[in-house]
Amino acid sequence: MTKDNCKKLVIDIISDIAPDEDLSAIKPDIRLRDQLQLDSMDFLDIVMELRKRHGIEVPEADYGQLASLQSCADYLTPKFVPKA
Amino acid sequence: MKDSHYDVAIIGCGMSGLAAGIRLAHFGRKVCIFERHNAPGGLNSFYSLAGRKYDVGLHALTNYVAPGIKGTPLGKLLRQLRIEREEFALCPQKQSRIAFRDCSLRFTNDFGILEDEVLRQFPRQADGWRALVRAVKTFDDVSLDAKPQSARAVVATHLTDPLLIDMIFCPLMYYGSAQERDMEFGQFIIMFKALFLEGFARPLDGVRVIIRVLLEKFREAGGERRMKCGVSRIVSEQGRAVRLVLDDGTEIAADRIISSAGFAETMRLCEPSQIAAADQNTGVLSYAETISVFDRPPAEWGWGDDTIVFFNDSARFDYAKPREPVDLRSGVICLPNNFDYAGGGLPEGILRVTALANYELWADLTDDDYRAAKQRWFGEITRSARRFLPAVDDAVPAGAQLATDMFTPRTIRKFTGHINGAIYGAPHKIRNGRTHLSNLYLCGTDQGFLGIVGAMLSGISMANFHVLQDRTARG
Repeated sequence: MTKDNCKKLVIDIISDIAPDEDLSAIKPDIRLRDQLQLDSMDFLDIVMELRKRHGIEVPEADYGQLASLQSCADYLTPKFVPKA
Repeated sequence: MKDSHYDVAIIGCGMSGLAAGIRLAHFGRKVCIFERHNAPGGLNSFYSLAGRKYDVGLHALTNYVAPGIKGTPLGKLLRQLRIEREEFALCPQKQSRIAFRDCSLRFTNDFGILEDEVLRQFPRQADGWRALVRAVKTFDDVSLDAKPQSARAVVATHLTDPLLIDMIFCPLMYYGSAQERDMEFGQFIIMFKALFLEGFARPLDGVRVIIRVLLEKFREAGGERRMKCGVSRIVSEQGRAVRLVLDDGTEIAADRIISSAGFAETMRLCEPSQIAAADQNTGVLSYAETISVFDRPPAEWGWGDDTIVFFNDSARFDYAKPREPVDLRSGVICLPNNFDYAGGGLPEGILRVTALANYELWADLTDDDYRAAKQRWFGEITRSARRFLPAVDDAVPAGAQLATDMFTPRTIRKFTGHINGAIYGAPHKIRNGRTHLSNLYLCGTDQGFLGIVGAMLSGISMANFHVLQDRTARG
């Protein structure tokens, strides 16, 4: 898993949760909340979709790590276990 | 003997139960919805009679906003349920009215129209009106722990003209108040936003479109549904619900139970019984509704473009249980032909009229007397409503009439299970959905988010709050 692939997986999740948002020009270093209209219900869904699709657990204390696309990639990439 | 075990059992296959079910099934919970009737939808359902399709409950979906407007309840619910906006195929209203004896306020899905009407007809109330609107816009209406306040008391700090106050309360009460003569302020805000700041729409084919979308999402997500399969008892031990007993005696085990049956109704299912709690919070407000079907849209003979008309002719609007079978002083007219169907249209003309009704006076009738009462009050209700529609010779709508139907408090009781046929359930809402049992929660009408968008958000919120977000829920 590369960080770029990880970003793509996160964008896939956001596009399913918020199909009415334009995700074509997201800036990786800016907070997602500042570029998109995402509320706490949407962030909870990102966490739950990560668990559902990729088996990744994000403890509540780490929710802040999901603030921007870049911080998502930094935090989540090591959590992807290579498939055997 | 236990036949099945679920992570979550949901009581009731209405809007809120389905929405809760979709969330839970989507995130991998083993979930089953138990519904006593063979038709889904609960309070907002549909039926066919003599080859014709009818809606019950829904006049209009409230909380409608145009595509592109984000951060409102409609948008939240579409996202949470992974529904594309187009799937609901919503068509906006044309215009609506609040019609009192000597005053009429027009409103549309553009809030500016209502504001102009209020400022023009009640110029002395202008400052108070603006302050009220500000208070509505800034209030945190989705807080699950807000302290109850009287809406009459809060509104009276802004508005002083009793006519304007009554005219604002009339639609909000008719579309969602389970309390007589007043509303909890949080409920007032939810309704004010849903009706005035947002607006009305419906799918061309009515409420069945919305229910079908929900059923399909629930099925796709892997949810299970048992129809004609009511829950007759919730058995508890040491403060936890341990099993459900179905009408046919089957026992079901579930880690958690979400009930959309209503507060008092759910308390009465509990074993040991909670009848005292139920009796302290049971609704009394019920409705009768007439439905007239015509061979052409009523606009053709001059009934105009109004989608919904909220009417009242008494000196003060009195939202309370009537002493007679039906209170003819006020009501709601719905002309479903008057949505903007973008070139399409309903195959026939329809007039629906809703009025406050007294449950006991309908419930206690023999079958013959019930039929006679329906016939009598059908005429009375439609005549009452027609005072607020443009005058037309009786022979015109009579000649165009193809069919009629009517529902009464007795019908509401039968299809929703609500005690007293109480359309909006219990007067005191349980916003956090908690009950005396640690794993039994309420959703739907008695949790207190109103309208069908509110009902769906209620199911979503309770599923999120009590199951998906709860760390102890993870096995």
